[in-house]
Amino acid sequence: MSKSLSSYRYLLLRRLTQTVILVLFVLASSKVVNVLNGDFSFALFLDKLPLADPYAVLQMFFAGAKITIDVLIGAGIVFFFYALLAGRVFCSWVCPVNMVTDLAGFLRRKWKIGESGGSRNWPRSIRYWAFALGLILSLVFGMTAFEMISPIGIFHRGIIYGMELGWFVIVGLFLFDLLVLKNGFCGHICPLGGFYSATTRFSLLRVRHIKDACTLCMLCKDVCPEKQVLHLVGKKDGIVESGECTNCGRCVEVCDDDSLKFGIRSSKKFK
Amino acid sequence: MAKPGKSRREFILEIVRGAGATIVGGVIWGGILLDNAAGSLVLRPPGALESDSFLAHCLKCGLCVNACPYSTLRLADVGNGLANGTPHFEPRGIACEMCEDIPCTVACPSGALDLGLVSKLVDGHSRLDINSARMGIAKIDTDNCIAYWGLSCDVCYRVCPLMDVAIELEYVRNERTGVHAELRPVVNGDACTGCGKCEHACVTEEASIIVLPLEIAAGKVGSSYIKGWDVEDERRMKELDKPVTSSEAAEKTLDYLNTDDLFDE
Ligand code: SF4
Ligand code: SF4
Ligand code: SF4
Ligand code: SF4
Repeated sequence: MSKSLSSYRYLLLRRLTQTVILVLFVLASSKVVNVLNGDFSFALFLDKLPLADPYAVLQMFFAGAKITIDVLIGAGIVFFFYALLAGRVFCSWVCPVNMVTDLAGFLRRKWKIGESGGSRNWPRSIRYWAFALGLILSLVFGMTAFEMISPIGIFHRGIIYGMELGWFVIVGLFLFDLLVLKNGFCGHICPLGGFYSATTRFSLLRVRHIKDACTLCMLCKDVCPEKQVLHLVGKKDGIVESGECTNCGRCVEVCDDDSLKFGIRSSKKFK
Repeated sequence: MAKPGKSRREFILEIVRGAGATIVGGVIWGGILLDNAAGSLVLRPPGALESDSFLAHCLKCGLCVNACPYSTLRLADVGNGLANGTPHFEPRGIACEMCEDIPCTVACPSGALDLGLVSKLVDGHSRLDINSARMGIAKIDTDNCIAYWGLSCDVCYRVCPLMDVAIELEYVRNERTGVHAELRPVVNGDACTGCGKCEHACVTEEASIIVLPLEIAAGKVGSSYIKGWDVEDERRMKELDKPVTSSEAAEKTLDYLNTDDLFDE
């Protein structure tokens, strides 16, 4: 593989998984092939295996819904897959909104937006407040609060069923990330991102850093949507501990010095 | 989160700021939610829970929509006044075809569409019964229904899957001509499923028979009236009897009326 292509290898793979998932949804809803039917909050794989968004199910619970077995099993499968194995990959490999916010992030870098002065520094902890708020509002209003406004659902319905006003939400989100705040939505606000950030830090799949190979070029921090998680770069060996890392692999693929790698967490330290 | 080196004061400030922002966010977010819930003029798929619990259950997954063979159902778009992403249908576009196997309700994973609401007991077994669906009630605008003008039209009556049960034709003498009969469609609210086939088929420019959600169309008598001619309802009367006559309040009133005090004055 040429060097330039190889430095996009994970990005291309992610776009592939994100697109394939959307295409599978479209094919199921148009009754062509039924591999993955539903949406990002609940889907049936091969008409059998339930998959559910654990945060959506938590909201149902707070809203006072009776949780069905299917929904419970689906949420369990998804939750443990991310929490124990894959990490916060929903946000970078699955969620379609990530394609929008990544594009905004890319253009922001390219057009050097927001680099001169007026550095806005919103706390990344907003998402944890938003996560809790979503549950409180579900309780107060008796409906799944985030699902009611989630751009993920709006985007999905826009693609599958077509919509008009919904696109304004998506465009607004894009402009927010482009002009107002770098990695604004996915990196600061999204309560689902907050949920996965808080629950995936002990997953097996982690990015690891080998300090001796690092030339301190800081390319990784440039591309990382959650650059606070890379505080160890150039300082010490180890794995990226924070659950805020989306395992997107951007840092791994841009690192010319093989100083960042995907690895498996083990009881022993990474070699 | 407090970074090392931050003073206690800064940490507390951050918490206060976070709480403040959360409250502001909560008010805006809550407003959007209330706005979403307000759109009550909406017809849900068969078996839908009543609107409050429906919104607590529905995951907006669209499995009901995908299961419907007639493309009857749609998920609501942002800003059209219906709860965002929830399934609904508009009979003037596509009505519910009353599938006997009710694929939409069967497909729903969340319980927002409840099989129990579209089943009935047959020989001790629960069987799907689309006729128990209560998606709404058809209401006739008798000013604009041309059958009520005395013209001959019985389209709604004929398309109704429960012809003669949910819609009947009533024969009335045409007072205007004096020699003709009017055949007026009349909806029987107990049997109407709200499928909307009548609304879909109505020949007037805007439908003169429209399906309204139960929560809007149906009145509620409350417990103050009892049908004296109905054995079941009479039983309710008997149950009511006891607490009313034996209540302390009633006794007190009697005691009061029987005391001598009243006569003294
Ligand atoms: S640390 Fe690497 S894998 Fe994790 S979010 Fe940043 S760029 Fe992606
Ligand atoms: S009963 Fe049949 S036609 Fe009616 S909404 Fe359900 S699937 Fe569609
Ligand atoms: S299948 Fe059930 S949960 Fe899914 S959109 Fe329809 S009513 Fe909602
Ligand atoms: S909505 Fe109209 S067609 Fe459907 S059951 Fe009621 S009266 Fe009949």
